[in-house]
Amino acid sequence: MNRAIFAVILLAALGGKPASAQNTNTVFIQGATILTITHGNIEHGSILIQNGKIAAVGADLKVPDGATVIDASGQFVMPGIIDCHSHIAVDGSVNEGAPAVSSMVNIADVLNPEDVNIYRDLAGGVTTANILHGSANPIGGQTVVIKLRWGKPASELPFEGALPGIKFALGENPKHSNFGPPPGIPPRYPATRLGVEEVIRQAFTEAREYKKQWDDFNRRKAAGEQPLIPPRRDEKLEPLVEVLEGKRYVHAHCYRADEILMLLRVAREFGFKVRTFQHVLEGYKIADEIAASGAGGSTFSDWWAYKMEAYDAIPYNAALMAERGVVVSVNSDSAEEARHLNQEAAKSMKFGGLSPNDALKLITLNPAIQLGIDSRAGSIDVGKDADLVIYNHDPLSVYAVVQKTLIDGHVYFDRERDLAQRSEVAKEKQALLDKEKKAAETEKKPEEKPGKKAEPKKKPPKPAGDDAYGITAGAQ
Amino acid sequence: MNIPAAVTNVRTARALGFIALFLLAGTLLQPLRAQSAPGVYAITNVKIYTLAGPPIEKGVVIIRGGKIAAVGANVEIPEDAQIVQAGGMELYPGLFDPVTQVGLTEVGAVSATVDTNELGSFNPELVAATAVNPASAHIRVTRASGITHVVAVPGIVSFDAQGGGTIAGQASAFHLAGWTIDEMQIRRSIALLINWPSIQTRTFDFSIFDFKEKPYADAKKEYDEAVNELSDLLDRARHYAQAKEKGSPALYERDLKLEALVPVVDGKLPVLVVAGKARDIRSAVEFCAKQSLKMILADGAEAWKVKDLLKEKNIPVILGPSEQLPYEEDDPYDKPMSQAGELNAAGIPIAFSSFGTSFSRRLSQYAGTAVAYGLPHDEALKAVTLNAAKMFGLGDQLGTIEPGKTANLIVTDGDPLELRTHVRMLFINGQLTSTDNRHLDLYNEYRKRPVSAP
Repeated sequence: MNRAIFAVILLAALGGKPASAQNTNTVFIQGATILTITHGNIEHGSILIQNGKIAAVGADLKVPDGATVIDASGQFVMPGIIDCHSHIAVDGSVNEGAPAVSSMVNIADVLNPEDVNIYRDLAGGVTTANILHGSANPIGGQTVVIKLRWGKPASELPFEGALPGIKFALGENPKHSNFGPPPGIPPRYPATRLGVEEVIRQAFTEAREYKKQWDDFNRRKAAGEQPLIPPRRDEKLEPLVEVLEGKRYVHAHCYRADEILMLLRVAREFGFKVRTFQHVLEGYKIADEIAASGAGGSTFSDWWAYKMEAYDAIPYNAALMAERGVVVSVNSDSAEEARHLNQEAAKSMKFGGLSPNDALKLITLNPAIQLGIDSRAGSIDVGKDADLVIYNHDPLSVYAVVQKTLIDGHVYFDRERDLAQRSEVAKEKQALLDKEKKAAETEKKPEEKPGKKAEPKKKPPKPAGDDAYGITAGAQ
Repeated sequence: MNIPAAVTNVRTARALGFIALFLLAGTLLQPLRAQSAPGVYAITNVKIYTLAGPPIEKGVVIIRGGKIAAVGANVEIPEDAQIVQAGGMELYPGLFDPVTQVGLTEVGAVSATVDTNELGSFNPELVAATAVNPASAHIRVTRASGITHVVAVPGIVSFDAQGGGTIAGQASAFHLAGWTIDEMQIRRSIALLINWPSIQTRTFDFSIFDFKEKPYADAKKEYDEAVNELSDLLDRARHYAQAKEKGSPALYERDLKLEALVPVVDGKLPVLVVAGKARDIRSAVEFCAKQSLKMILADGAEAWKVKDLLKEKNIPVILGPSEQLPYEEDDPYDKPMSQAGELNAAGIPIAFSSFGTSFSRRLSQYAGTAVAYGLPHDEALKAVTLNAAKMFGLGDQLGTIEPGKTANLIVTDGDPLELRTHVRMLFINGQLTSTDNRHLDLYNEYRKRPVSAP
């Protein structure tokens, strides 16, 4: 069965028509418990959405004429979930693993809007995701923040105005502790945490020099000096110059406390900031240092012991870092884990005693702050994008199921619609399969050779879950 | 002996005029770090979910000699009992994770700490219990989440380890407390683990860290060979059993592999068959029916696609984690969460499992999620306690709160399937057992770090 045909069916059936289904610019959600994150919970509240933005929030709003009304009586509305570490919507591998510094590659170049995991994560309430390069290199590829606008082309996925990022990686993955190079390929430097530091320092030493050349050139150009030959462009160093200039965020994959402190030292030496420490499973050991640096921590809820550097991971990490003043988020690093980030956030109430609102911040406002998009996302406030998720229960309960997910005021996931369309999708699939089978039979007949059967086409099995060493995502 | 704060003996309690010693939030109990001789306990004033009938409000459970001695609303408290006041708390049977690698794997990526995957394709004589490390940090972490006993299996693909072999060995059931595996053991050999061969045209190759493709015809041939070999081995085990029974040992040298298979072909030892895809489940069910094996399906990611067959052949299912994506792009997004409800409604016995080590503590999360997507709550509770016990023939020992059963019990501050519920006390094999663990220790240690101002 042709994958492209499936994709078309899926796009058509599973919500590929959000815009046309709702031509009105005004949407009114009513009767819900609204978890605003910034100013408390509103019982029996309403949200007015105009032109994709939140226009009003309150308990006594009136339905404007012509508004599309979403009745959410007895349900819960919260800001759309922001996943600060994701690898969905990427065409092919997320790792350019050959060089130790792969800053010249950009995940934004390989966005795949037909990845069904966009839809699946939408169904888990995710509206925004930080799409990262893998962790094979001390300095990895460039990253992009997207909205999960299922059905839209790749060009419409990026979160408008969100600062781009770059992936750094420390510890076992960049030093290749848990897997070797392919047969016949020599090992790649670095193989120690010492080497990881050296690679980063060397790269920034070059980037500084490169920046100086350009600054010098621009100054002389501005002064009208002639003739002038511009420095040779270096696509590896350009993103690092942007880091030095504060125009690109560093998202650093890390586990152990020592390597985190190492990167903070290097950042001080070269005068750049680390925007987020990703995974940061030992962040709780040095929460004060992380907080003082201004970096955020984006961690797992309770993963541990899958590799040596995760042996001291504790489920109290998020709460303990938050208690010490770090802006903390809980991320997925997995298309599957992203489907229940609300549950993962809830664990920080049990492990470390976060309040319900602070637990919800881990997947809404805090990742928005970490990605520099908190003026547009992360809470239910007037003026922000209408990126919302509606649950049938308190989202911090294991019993909560996403009913609708909205982005820019459009319903991109609707559970009722999904359930209603299943038999239709199954019927259409069967019809296509029958057609293909018939076609294959008529095609075969004239030249059928005895004893040789056609090989049924088979989709490769998907691994059961993402793996800590990045077997599927190649990333963690 | 270190007596917990809320535990006192009946004379002291009477002397105090039965002053209720309520459990404090963030319990201050300091129970035994490990196990000693079974004591006598009276857990009082607790809401008891026996799972053998309706809940008992403000009931009493008496534990003696490792067993549940009495359960009810009006139970006389023996003179020698230590009283555990559990006012406002709830009592459940201890949770059971029936497919794990707890004790066999410490750190997934560090092979020196992993004893799950032996070389070779057919290893029926291997027994998981042999390598269970009672000092593993996973044991304490796991039991703190309310799991009091597990089945550890060799050779299974999971988050924590890559499995190997068609017959990976025998699974072992044990309590998550004890000084040695002998003390912990429930049953050394509880099932034989078969990784059902799958027609794999695309496999992940660690040596190149990428996927490798192979033609369908080659994959099918490998599959057929594996199944034939399995079939052949079972036939030989039957002959071996016959020869041994009829006293003609001359025909066979003692063969440890065949010997291990005798209880399997006799239908005494269940086979835990790991299969996820519908096609593989179908093949496995048909194979086991033909071979008259006592089959338990493990994983069953696409069991919903073959539920008629599972019902017809009466195959119980130990589901793998609901936290996985559907195998097919066009399958409904929520099937991994909703299929437990469907299977249960079809009358197929189900149990939840973690298929892992570090993820074992997510067991109740899987069950709770299944409730969110349609499984009745009481069925979900049974699916983490009683059902798997029954599948393994342990239903008379574990899984409910009834007199005569092993006293594996948990005291919680609420619904054990909810994410924020704490397990306040654990009784394993009739002993009050500590909920301290590596994670709590690290938390307490680093929380006390003086504020550092760099």
